[in-house]
Amino acid sequence: MTDVRVVENATCTFCGCVCDDIILTVEGDRITQAKNACTLGKAWFTEHTIEDRPVALVDGREAALQEAVEAAARILVESRFPVIYGLSDTTCEAQREAVAIADYIGANIDTTTSVCHGPSGIAFQGVGESTATLGEIKNRADLVIYWGGNPAEAHPRHFTRYSVTPKGMFVPRGRKDRTVVLVDVRRTPSARAADIFIQVKPGKDFEVLWALRALVKGRPVPSFIEEETGVPLATLQDLVERMKNCRYGVLFFGMGLTMTRGRHFNSGALLALVTDLNEYTHFVAKPVRGHGNVTGADNVLSWQTGFPFAVNFSRGFPRFNPGEFTTVDLLARGEADAALIIASDPASNFPRPAIEHLRRIPVIALDPKPTYTTDIAKVAFTTATYGINVAGTVYRMDDVPIYLRPAFPSPYPSDEEVLRAIKVRVCELLDIPLPNGKHH
Amino acid sequence: MSSTLRIVNGKVYDPINGVDGEIRDICIKDGKIVEDVPSDAPRIDAKGMVVMPGGVDIHCHIAGPKVNLARKLQPEDHRFDVHPRTRFTRSGSGGTVPSTFATGYRYALLGYTTAMDAAVPPMGARHTLEEFHDTPIIDKGFYIILGNNLLLYQLLKEGRYRELRDAVAWWVNATKAFTIKLVNPGGVEVWKERRNANVTNLDDKVDAFDVTPRQIIEALVNVANELGLPHPAHIHCNNLGIPGNYKITLETMRTVEGRRVHFAHIQFHCYGGEPGGKMTSKAPEIAEYINKHPEVSADVGQVMFGKATTMTGDAPLGWMLRRISGNKWVNADVEHEGGCGIVPFVYKERNYVHALQWAAGLELFLLSEDPWRLVLSTDHPNGGSFLSYPRLIRLLMDREFRNEQIRKVNQRAIRQTVLLDNLDREYTLYEIAIITRAGPAKLLGLKNKGHLGVGADADITIYTEDEDKEKMFSTPRYVIKDGKVIIKEGEFCADHEGRLLHSAPEYDREIEEVIRPFFEQYYTVQFANYPVPENYLHNHEVVPTRQS
Repeated sequence: MTDVRVVENATCTFCGCVCDDIILTVEGDRITQAKNACTLGKAWFTEHTIEDRPVALVDGREAALQEAVEAAARILVESRFPVIYGLSDTTCEAQREAVAIADYIGANIDTTTSVCHGPSGIAFQGVGESTATLGEIKNRADLVIYWGGNPAEAHPRHFTRYSVTPKGMFVPRGRKDRTVVLVDVRRTPSARAADIFIQVKPGKDFEVLWALRALVKGRPVPSFIEEETGVPLATLQDLVERMKNCRYGVLFFGMGLTMTRGRHFNSGALLALVTDLNEYTHFVAKPVRGHGNVTGADNVLSWQTGFPFAVNFSRGFPRFNPGEFTTVDLLARGEADAALIIASDPASNFPRPAIEHLRRIPVIALDPKPTYTTDIAKVAFTTATYGINVAGTVYRMDDVPIYLRPAFPSPYPSDEEVLRAIKVRVCELLDIPLPNGKHH
Repeated sequence: MSSTLRIVNGKVYDPINGVDGEIRDICIKDGKIVEDVPSDAPRIDAKGMVVMPGGVDIHCHIAGPKVNLARKLQPEDHRFDVHPRTRFTRSGSGGTVPSTFATGYRYALLGYTTAMDAAVPPMGARHTLEEFHDTPIIDKGFYIILGNNLLLYQLLKEGRYRELRDAVAWWVNATKAFTIKLVNPGGVEVWKERRNANVTNLDDKVDAFDVTPRQIIEALVNVANELGLPHPAHIHCNNLGIPGNYKITLETMRTVEGRRVHFAHIQFHCYGGEPGGKMTSKAPEIAEYINKHPEVSADVGQVMFGKATTMTGDAPLGWMLRRISGNKWVNADVEHEGGCGIVPFVYKERNYVHALQWAAGLELFLLSEDPWRLVLSTDHPNGGSFLSYPRLIRLLMDREFRNEQIRKVNQRAIRQTVLLDNLDREYTLYEIAIITRAGPAKLLGLKNKGHLGVGADADITIYTEDEDKEKMFSTPRYVIKDGKVIIKEGEFCADHEGRLLHSAPEYDREIEEVIRPFFEQYYTVQFANYPVPENYLHNHEVVPTRQS
């Protein structure tokens, strides 16, 4: 007989929604039910298994944890341009250890932000942002616009938990009190949830956003805007009236905006439009973040270094330069001579020149599952899964931190434990004193 | 393991114990000041040096969600002010909003050993604690903003006073806060609720709740005193920065007259004139009120010329500063709890308003009759960085320097003030020790801080005595934290993890049954997941409540 336990208020770390109302039924080392979770969340929890894999592999051979830590520390200490990358699917506690290692060895550190909302981070630095926690949207927003994202498939509970259907303090009738608009280059399943769908020609988001800014400010917009962008002027005018006259508006935006032509110009235009709208009413914006703790990675890097991603410590202090210190770029240029990859699989999803360079250098990988990256790694650690097997802090896409309640323990160490062990060994090798033998 | 230390030959300034520049030994054992240590204990010879307790900052913004947004916002600030790693310390970046490590180290480099973040939305407590864990050396705590809290509004509207008190205590416990803060009470909710509106007087209604700023202020000041929080309600008044606001400031003070209360960055609340019109200084009126009311304390919120970052829980103020400056702007609403505005800002000597603000701050300092109750702050980084404290100290201690500076700034502004009307006071070292350590420690209810008596925490700063007070206070020779020498000859020789200071007022647990339904209906975080678990506390100390 396996005992059956129920874990209430568990948190799903599959996507940036970080829903913390999941009720898990746990039988031994399997989760048999994940009540309240969406289809993605259910799969995340119920398909989770502890596989019988070695805790570590060094050069493809089974190794003890300590031996692998030693090998990893030596690679890092002996390299001249190590790069640390990933971090969006692990806890803040692990992320802090990773930044500490980067600081001590003078590494480059970067997160998956650089390949998703990095441009929004750059736009934020240029324009600022009017934003809100998701509960404000739930309780106040009467105009909800999604731009360049497909939450119905990527963040299935975004509509029902935070932004479209919930009844809120100032929108007591829920869906009936809100107008929902979707702007995208194609009609995705999310369009069904919208009152208004606006289809933009691919690559023309910036033009549409800039035209909206002009209309908000009462400037003329030529009628060829339709030919240019696929959106009739009257549609834009209607949208502007709705935006100016709502009581609390929100513009959610996704990678359809940040990873297409224009990138940070697109995000910047959107954030500037939202700022402009505050002359008329209350308006906020929010990037819809993908990975469970990518927002935590931005926060940890920012508080420890001052910069959200693409940080380089080679001069003994943090410097920020996207393009130079973003991982894809520096790998593609063949610059790094070692890599520490945490909870990410760049060997499967980076551009070919970057992957080719990754194959040429010693790679250390931490992941709960075998991946293309662990396959090519010189040192590969099997780690416990955050949220399911280990506790820690995760930041929701709106910067709200949530503490995880794991369902059951894993035989594998957490990312935090492995990284701390590497850090301690690195400091020993470099003769760096650690305060109280722990901490930073 | 016991560690001892004896500081000899130093000129000691310890106002709480009435010590004014006498040469005496200070003995340390296991992180505390003790009567005596064995004669073979290690020594620091402080001949020609000034020994003071470590500095205590009663009002700054150094950690948490809005601080991190402000960091992220300004790569341009960090780029020109790097903070390299040393053998003992982590690297970071500076500017007006330094990274966490740089914040801790730079406070220590100024001889400050305790700092209080003055505005954290309860929802951001966990984030703040995580940053505090990465803010080395100093002890720290934070105040939670409750002046725009919708559940409290509901209880207030329904006259459920007892429950209001328990709910406040629950929130302090759930977040591990030090005390409570009110920021533009009523105004931030109206900003979110009514298309960026604001309240302008104490009897304006917060529509949906039918409560007024006056009711909110009165209730929360009373609650903080009844709970015996170590530091009373910490108030950022309505109408910050608006000409004519001294009236609402005085009215707020009178509303809670006779009760313990602290007014934050009072300089920003002491202006004459009419909204939209020319700003004048009413600092003398405000100073007079404070002088005459021993139950009231305040920090100045001095403006210092140069780069600042305005970051505030007063979201409508953030928008006003955005419109004035045209600079990039961050607004961040926090469900049911408040808001936030961030705008990079530069104070210019030639600018009438900026010069007037600078001068009004100096007026407050110079007209204050009780240094124990009007203490130093720049509302870091709103009025300027904490790194400008040494310059501010020189402005207060050195009349000649001050007059030189007064001549450099907008003279129309100076003519609106009493600065040139024989205001020739110079602060003594003893008084500086009061407004930078003894006073704030006392106002915070920190019995082991701000002094060098037996039993006090061995947080000590040793300065080389110098005519140039800016130089003297910029570069302490030694900084000792919890008895451990952290800085020696101006260089770090160790790292140290400071403590979280928080309070834990008593309350009736039944209140959770009032709070839970509100959470279930309106919050997006589960009630069970909201309180901060113990493991975020690390090194911490519960500061006892005051006996009522």
